[in-house]
Amino acid sequence: MKQNYDVIIIGSGPGGLAAAIAAKENGADDVLIIERDVELGGILVQCIHNGFGLELFNEDMPGPTYAQHFIEKAKGHGVKTLMDTMVLHITPDRKIYVINKDRGYITLQARAIVLAMGCRERTRAQILLPGARPAGVYTAGTAQRFVNVEGYMPGEKFVILGSGDIGMIMARRLTIEGARVERVLEIMPFLTGLTRNYVQCLLDYGITLQKQRTVNRIIGNDRVEAIEAVSVDENWHPIPGTNELIPCDSLLLSVGLIPENELSKQAGVLLDPVTNGPYVDDRFMTNVPGIFAAGNVVHVYDLVDWVTEAGYVAGKGAAQFAKRQAVDTGDQVPLSAGENIRYVVPHKLDKNRLAEDLVRLQMRVTTPIEKRVLVTVEDQNGEVVTKQAEAYARPGEILTLAIKPKAYDSIQKATSLTVNLRER
Amino acid sequence: MAEISEIICVTCPKGCVLKVKHEDKEILEVLDGCKRGEDYALCELQDPRRMVASTVKVRGGLHPLVPVYTRQAFPKPLIPQLAQELRQVEVPAPVKINQVVLADALGTGVDIVTSRDMPERNTSSL
Repeated sequence: MKQNYDVIIIGSGPGGLAAAIAAKENGADDVLIIERDVELGGILVQCIHNGFGLELFNEDMPGPTYAQHFIEKAKGHGVKTLMDTMVLHITPDRKIYVINKDRGYITLQARAIVLAMGCRERTRAQILLPGARPAGVYTAGTAQRFVNVEGYMPGEKFVILGSGDIGMIMARRLTIEGARVERVLEIMPFLTGLTRNYVQCLLDYGITLQKQRTVNRIIGNDRVEAIEAVSVDENWHPIPGTNELIPCDSLLLSVGLIPENELSKQAGVLLDPVTNGPYVDDRFMTNVPGIFAAGNVVHVYDLVDWVTEAGYVAGKGAAQFAKRQAVDTGDQVPLSAGENIRYVVPHKLDKNRLAEDLVRLQMRVTTPIEKRVLVTVEDQNGEVVTKQAEAYARPGEILTLAIKPKAYDSIQKATSLTVNLRER
Repeated sequence: MAEISEIICVTCPKGCVLKVKHEDKEILEVLDGCKRGEDYALCELQDPRRMVASTVKVRGGLHPLVPVYTRQAFPKPLIPQLAQELRQVEVPAPVKINQVVLADALGTGVDIVTSRDMPERNTSSL
């Protein structure tokens, strides 16, 4: 097979597919997607629920339909694919070492790379859940794969820990398939997933959500027999006397996602300790020239449309880099999280970028505010470059703000930018 | 007697809390929502519906199941019955996207369709 490519994309979820399409549309000749599964689509394959495409297409599609739209488009553009293939290593000079059962061990060379490996679920070990170690403890996404793709029911009576979107969506899905969901427990004092999922996945099916409550102990020898729930104080310490034994045969964990960056680190890509994803500029290029990153590998999104858009931006950047078109990274201004902002992506932006296009910032807030708030982007002197009003701010929901081309002049004077969120 | 109910709108990802002033099932005023929110509030009071996604069995497919969904929003009270019905459905591979697997489900006029292609086993073309 061919060994040299303009752009190689690692992963074929929504970020990778969009990057491949954009790379082709922006003049890259040879574009290859490497995927470890036997089919394209990434996590969308198992996300059979509706709600995809509302932002970009104003359409309400199930995940597989959304994926198929982009798979067909990528194929139509002549994007090549290498399926059932694991990437073992990436070097800073963009060599990619892969292994495949038919072709064996091969080395590929890319002019530009887009990292699109997505994220992984946090597991029981990562949240240090005490108790026995019986069968029946799954991450929510694993259970989702069993139920929606492979046709297995992982249990009959569930407790779900964490009010993340996958957990709530699985609560509904398991109920539709005839299982009982006894409880959803959330250690935080607020919902960590989208409000609409609370309504259509939990309220609709009469499933109880308890906040500031967690799993104190898992009970069972071979199989989960019960979990002991307990209330926690603001420091997450169990409050004595609030214990409840909930009989069940399975515990699902929906306790957060972590960008998957083992390969990125090998290539010398620096990671932001808050997002666990690479530091990126407004073209989603990492600190390693020619290595871009798109989607959940950068930070965990809650809507697929923004992943797709990030893929487009990264794919375009990768094509320009591969074609040695001017990718001027000389005049960049750093962007940082200020008041009540946990993080903001991208981490820096090219001052001249606004001459061609708007730059979209995405951020998560630190604490919930159920009141009207104002998000501002301010320069080193506190001058407001752009601002946006929101009806509320919730940590579970990403906030999106566009810096429009009209802010071009004020950006030229900036040496640093800070995003703040305050009550109005 | 007019009363005010809070309805959380699920039309888009914003999740607005609509304050709906209504007399029984007649809406008098919807506060804090957009036009789509008003439509949702009306539907929620008079005929609550949801998009429903599930799976049906496939014979000889790349996977043993193919995902399906309701082409339009489906009456909420009938969802458990729909789930029962879908458990009886089996289709042969290959399956094309938007293929009807259950027409006029439970007499509601809503078709249940596939949400992706499902190729035959060993011909993984996707």
